[in-house]
Amino acid sequence: MKWLESNFELVWQLTLAHIALSVPPIVIGFLISIPIAWVANRYRVSRGTILVVLGLLYTIPSLPLFIFMPIVLGTPLLSSVNVSVALTIYAVALMVRTAADGLESVDKDTLLAASAMGYSAWQRFWRVELPLSGPVLLSGLRVVSASTVSLATIGSVVGVTSLGYLFINGFQRNIAAEVITGIVAVLVIAVVFDLILVLLGRVVLPWSRRERTGSTRASRRQAALLSGGVS
Amino acid sequence: MNLILDGIAWILDPANQTGPGGWFARLGEQLAYTFGAVAIAAIIAIPLGYLVGHTGRGRDVAVSLSGGFRALPSLGVLILLGLGLGIGFRAPLITFVILAIPPILAGAYAGFEAVDRKTIDAARAVGMTEGQIVRQVEVPLGLPLLIGGIRSGVLQVVATATLAAYVSGGALGAFIFEGVATRNYSETLGASILVTLLALILEGVFALIQKLVVPRGVVAREIKEVRTVSSRPRAAVGSPIQEGK
Amino acid sequence: MIEFRSVTKQFPDGTVAVKEFDLVIPPRKTTVLVGSSGCGKTTLLRMINRMIDPTSGHILIDGEDTAALAPVKLRRRIGYVMQNSGLLPHRKVIDNVATVPVLNGVPKKEARAHALELLDTVGLDRSLADKYPRQLSGGQQQRVGVARGLAADPNILLMDEPFGAVDPIVRAELQQETIRLQQGLGKTVVFVTHDIDEAFLLGHQVVILQKGGHIAQVGTPAEILANPADDFVASFVGADKGKRVLRIEKVGGRDVVVDENGTPTGVLQP
Repeated sequence: MKWLESNFELVWQLTLAHIALSVPPIVIGFLISIPIAWVANRYRVSRGTILVVLGLLYTIPSLPLFIFMPIVLGTPLLSSVNVSVALTIYAVALMVRTAADGLESVDKDTLLAASAMGYSAWQRFWRVELPLSGPVLLSGLRVVSASTVSLATIGSVVGVTSLGYLFINGFQRNIAAEVITGIVAVLVIAVVFDLILVLLGRVVLPWSRRERTGSTRASRRQAALLSGGVS
Repeated sequence: MNLILDGIAWILDPANQTGPGGWFARLGEQLAYTFGAVAIAAIIAIPLGYLVGHTGRGRDVAVSLSGGFRALPSLGVLILLGLGLGIGFRAPLITFVILAIPPILAGAYAGFEAVDRKTIDAARAVGMTEGQIVRQVEVPLGLPLLIGGIRSGVLQVVATATLAAYVSGGALGAFIFEGVATRNYSETLGASILVTLLALILEGVFALIQKLVVPRGVVAREIKEVRTVSSRPRAAVGSPIQEGK
Repeated sequence: MIEFRSVTKQFPDGTVAVKEFDLVIPPRKTTVLVGSSGCGKTTLLRMINRMIDPTSGHILIDGEDTAALAPVKLRRRIGYVMQNSGLLPHRKVIDNVATVPVLNGVPKKEARAHALELLDTVGLDRSLADKYPRQLSGGQQQRVGVARGLAADPNILLMDEPFGAVDPIVRAELQQETIRLQQGLGKTVVFVTHDIDEAFLLGHQVVILQKGGHIAQVGTPAEILANPADDFVASFVGADKGKRVLRIEKVGGRDVVVDENGTPTGVLQP
């Protein structure tokens, strides 16, 4: 606590930097994932290929990926763009599968009914498919958010400013309080992001809040999601 | 792309391969961390996950625990333990155990939960004891998801084991940090390529194992469904199989 | 013989599924519990093999109080057939049928040989023995379910809406099969359904239930049709309308039976 009091300004600046580093990958990753997921679901062949390729991308450990980025992008080694792009890749890799599952989980009869009532394919996607897959998309987005916030700390190993700085600095100067502060700050950001997403979900998807008994399917999906992970 | 070639040249250079500081040894350390941590995590998490999955008790705790751990920054935990336990292999190993527990726990209980309640009800109705239901019904039917969880655990640890070198714990990360410190980019890249290849190979191996452990009766349905209905071939057992990282 | 003695079941959430229920189920006959959903029929059935324990009261099998018996042992000597068959998806048909004997310690080889015979009994081709449940049709799965229920040669067979999920043609087949099996093997069958036609077809004794396990009427199908206990029973069995209201018309000197709408259904033999 004492350490935090005397270094509050530093922690606050790093927190802001951390947020700035992790928000774009979450948002951009989500936006990119939807069309990719749609294409993946559209054709049987593309689904297999896209999901396998993204699965392999997701397998690349983060530290090496941060190091490959400058070569691919032509950016300087210490640029924060490297970390942002790498985190976006992870977000897409994680999100596309969930989005594909979500779009596919929409009841086929509902889609048939929508077509029968005269929705065009385009209208049907925006007004029926996308909103109905909302709950699954949301659960995927929450996973992406938590893992991105956590992964952003590793950027500090390659010199990109984030809360990970507190780990590195705390280790070099042997201050446990500094490291603990960093861990707690990361967890707080993750929790706040999660709450924001849940609230956003309630506003955008008011119909999806079901009875407790009906939630087993959703929570099983949640459990299944959780058995996958990032580092 | 020349840099990549430099990295490959570093890998192929015999001088970097053998001896205690060579990448053969470092790769061995990386694998030892991976399987050691996953084995310890499995001993802790599988019984716990089975208990949660069979009884349904403590489910909410397990779900939020698995979810919350995802946000836990492994670098921070590693360094904190490093400060407490000193440099060496202990802090990394404990960190990786902590890292591997949530996915294995989730795989174990999700596997049990994925079993149709009616099947379990029927097993009970024909006179299976609770132990027999666990051993003869829930464990075999939940195995694909458990292996999925172990697969996630292995891949997370093998990736994160790179950080062990930060507290002088060895493994392939040693080259990455050394290369960054001495501006020897080909060394950093060479090790990065090795870690990536290792992760991809393990991913492939586990994908194969997972295919093999799906009970044949469950596969039988898949084949049938693909033929008759087009869209949802792997609803019951599939999603987390490829969910792993 | 199975006896219910003032059995009450209240679930933890407060609902009283069955209240002060008394019934004697005669041996070697088929007794059908019939009623709409929420009448407690499945609860009653599941209390016989102690899948559910009564809150108060006693259930006796051949004079023995089931509360004194170990549930697992009890279940192994009572056959159970449920909707959607409840087969183990990861075991072949033959091993599903052999489940209970194997649990009882019968050597696997012997149990399998007996299971093959049971496939004959329920009218399934032996070539299906090595299939997995999901490779079978719904009707075939139900037959496997019946075979499994019979495998330990139980005196009692409990059937919980076993044909609810199969199409009408297959259901009619399975109903005839059930009648044939019951007559051939002389089992005490307790059958639960919401379909009064099925109840009248299969039941020697039919128990019509109202909400909360209240017995509206017990009797043979003929007794119930002849003398419905009250308006509820009359309307439930449809005794006041349609195909159950028959009358005779003279046509060309013969007695033709016609229903309420005048549609002929048959000719009376002298």
